[in-house]
This record gives sequence, C-alpha cells and structure tokens, in this order.
Amino acid sequence: MRKALVTVLLGALSWSLPASAAQLDISIEVPRLDVAEYHRPYVAAWIENDKREVAANLLVWYQQDRPNQSPNAEKGTKWLPDLRQWWRRAGRALDMPLDGVSAATRPVGVHKLRFTPGDGIVPALGNGQYKLRVEAAREEGGRELLNIPFSWPPSARSTQNVQGKSELGSISLTITP
Amino acid sequence: MTLFRIAAVSAALLAPTSGALAHDTWLMPSKTVLATGQWVTIDGGASTLPFLKDHAPLRINADNLSITAPDGSNVEAQNISVGKLRSTFDFPLELEGTYKVTVSFESIMALWQDGEQRHRWPARGETFSRDGFAENVPKNAKNLRVSEMLRRTETYVTAGQPSDTALKPSGRGLELAPVTAFNDLYSDEAATFQLLLDGKPAASQEIKIIADGVRYRDAVDEILLTTDQDGRFTVEWPGPGLYWMNTSTQDSKARKPATQRSISYTGIFEVLSP
Repeated sequence: MRKALVTVLLGALSWSLPASAAQLDISIEVPRLDVAEYHRPYVAAWIENDKREVAANLLVWYQQDRPNQSPNAEKGTKWLPDLRQWWRRAGRALDMPLDGVSAATRPVGVHKLRFTPGDGIVPALGNGQYKLRVEAAREEGGRELLNIPFSWPPSARSTQNVQGKSELGSISLTITP
Repeated sequence: MTLFRIAAVSAALLAPTSGALAHDTWLMPSKTVLATGQWVTIDGGASTLPFLKDHAPLRINADNLSITAPDGSNVEAQNISVGKLRSTFDFPLELEGTYKVTVSFESIMALWQDGEQRHRWPARGETFSRDGFAENVPKNAKNLRVSEMLRRTETYVTAGQPSDTALKPSGRGLELAPVTAFNDLYSDEAATFQLLLDGKPAASQEIKIIADGVRYRDAVDEILLTTDQDGRFTVEWPGPGLYWMNTSTQDSKARKPATQRSISYTGIFEVLSP
C-alpha cells in the first residue's frame, strides 16, 4: 500500500518536470598555429554515454566540396577517417552531409554553440554519466581528442574547461538546468 | 644545334590544381642493409605526409629513375609498375657496397599574362625544348617568368660493406654527402651528413626530418635542423625506423632561358636498433 503510494508520487513528480529545458553551451577554440602550410582542422564533437556509445552527434566540420569541382578532385570526406575516434564511434556509420551536424571547416578563433537535449538535433538524454568529446585532425598536422565528463540531468549551472595542447585550444562546457 | 631535353614532369607533382597542397615525394625501400645476392623492392609515392599511400604514385619511368651500383655502373630497375597510390620496382644487389636510387624530376616552365589571361608553356605533361620555347612563348610576353625546377628524391641501400663510389655528387642541385655512411645508422648513435648545392657546401639550409608511422601517432613530430657553415648537420634519431629528410631552396642560377631555379632534395634513410 505504502509502496504503491510512493510509486504514484514519483510518477507524478516526473510528470511535473519540464520535458527538457536544460542546455549545453559549448565553446571550441581553433588555435592559431605557426606552421608553414596551414589547413583548417577537421573537428567533430559528440556526447558519449557510459557504454561509450554515441548519445548525440553535435557537429562535424570538414572541407566541403566546391560546386563545380572536377569529379577527379579529392573529396573532403576523404580525410574524415583521420578523426579516428569519431570515425569509429559514429562517422563510419553516417552518411555525409548530416543535416544540422556537418558543416564547413572553421577559421582560427572561439566558436560557441548551444544545444538543447530533446530539441533539434540532440535527442533527450536519460539520467546518467556522459562525456563531451571533441576531436580535431589537421592535414599535414596532428590529431587531438579532449573530453569533458558530466552527469545528467544537471542540478545546478556548472562550467568546465579543458585546455588542448596541439590541435585544439580551450574547450568549455556550460550546463544550465 | 644544342638541344637539351628535359623529362616531362607529372603535373600532379609540380602544379597542384587547387589550394596550396604540397605533396611530398618519398621512396620506401624494403630494407637498406643487406647481403649480396639479395633483392630489394622500392615503393614510391607522393602524399601530404611521407610514406602514406593515400594520394598519388611517384611517376617513375626509365628516364627519371636511375640506380647507381657500387662500381658506378647503372642498374636496370625491374618490374616497374605505376599503381593508383604507389609505384614500385625491384633490383638485385649483385655487387658489394652502396647503391644509390634517384628519382629526379626536372623541368623548365614559362608563365606569362596576356591581358587577364594567364598562360603556361609547356602544357601539363609536355616537355620543354628550346625550339618549342622560341615557338610558343611570345618574345614580349607580359610578366614572363621562366623557372627551372630540380627535384631529386633518393634512397640508398647497401650489400655488405658500405662504400661511396655511387654517392659521388653530380654537382647539380642539392645533394647529400655522407659523413656517417648512409646505411650504417643506428638509433643510439648520432649521424652527420653534408648538404651540397651544385657540389659546394650548402650553409644555413633548413633540413626537415619526419619519421615513418605518422598515421600511428598524434603529432607529426618533425625534426628541424640547420646546416652549419660547412653544410654539415647532425641528426639524433628518436628511434629506429624509416626517416624522410627534405630540404629546398631557390636561386637565380637557372639554365637559360629560365631565370630562377627551385631545387629540392629528399632522402630516405633507414635507422636500425642497436
């Protein structure tokens, strides 16, 4: 009897929670590099659950083909496997372009993006532990992968930063309940 | 009449179509320290980082490939094949000593403008000749630039004791002379070489070295060195493996009718574990 009541109360509580208003604000810095031949990096970001599965693809920036490109010219997608963790976890099973996720490479600077799980390209996230993963690879350059762990749903607003050493600058994740 | 012909150069190697993609050329010997009676097989390609078979083959043919035996004679490459992503050839090591394998691309090209129109001669894949130049390039061409390109990619293999007869410099362009023998390189010993430009020591030249296996590490980890007044430089190898070494320069000592010259040397070396 008492158990049943608790269940009912819990049920009512979960109904009363807003569907999903919590937001993820991500900033990704593409660093200025002093190299002889600079190519903008390919960058992918995704949310991974505690089983290392992709919970959401956030973005993949890669070189877009020119409109009148010769059929023999190399396609920008050729280098996507160099984002090797992303390729394994997500990329190789996806068809590019991916609506709302894939886009052209970005210049040096800080790029800010906002995602709302349950709205738009990001599905609702179940309760649990997640990781924001950001991977960058550059032609004639190196590759770097950064992670920011977080738990969901958030109880308070929080910001975490992680600093890249080579291909990425500062990455930050702000979660707003 | 003096008529000098210069081997046609692959357009893909010299004039990338878009962007500033520089594709570096490389040779990849199966082994460099062998005994007489053995065969060696060598792959060649061009890619944004050395040894990656993901872009284009090295356009090897009987004219631009030369293999010099330890006695200075020429060895004919066998099974030359130009594939989609790499080319390959074999040769036997019949004599004791060091063999030099050279793939050289040489060209002269004229660029000029006619109003807004840009012109080049010879066209891609075609060969320079003095007669052709006189015929095709207008005498009073606007912004005429005639440049010579000398691009040499080499590797070295040794049967038995190293020797240096095959390594005698030709005296043209950038070349490398051994101080430490080219096929006596070990990861716990520093190696010294001497860079030559037209047979004379090339001072203050930047040398770039990249180890094989870029695909399996997160950074290119290139080693940058500068030659001293005597053209010498010393390499501390970070570990055993194949190394790609490159240096290039420009000057005005071009062969007529060219007025500027761009020269590069690429060498591939195998470093063994002690």
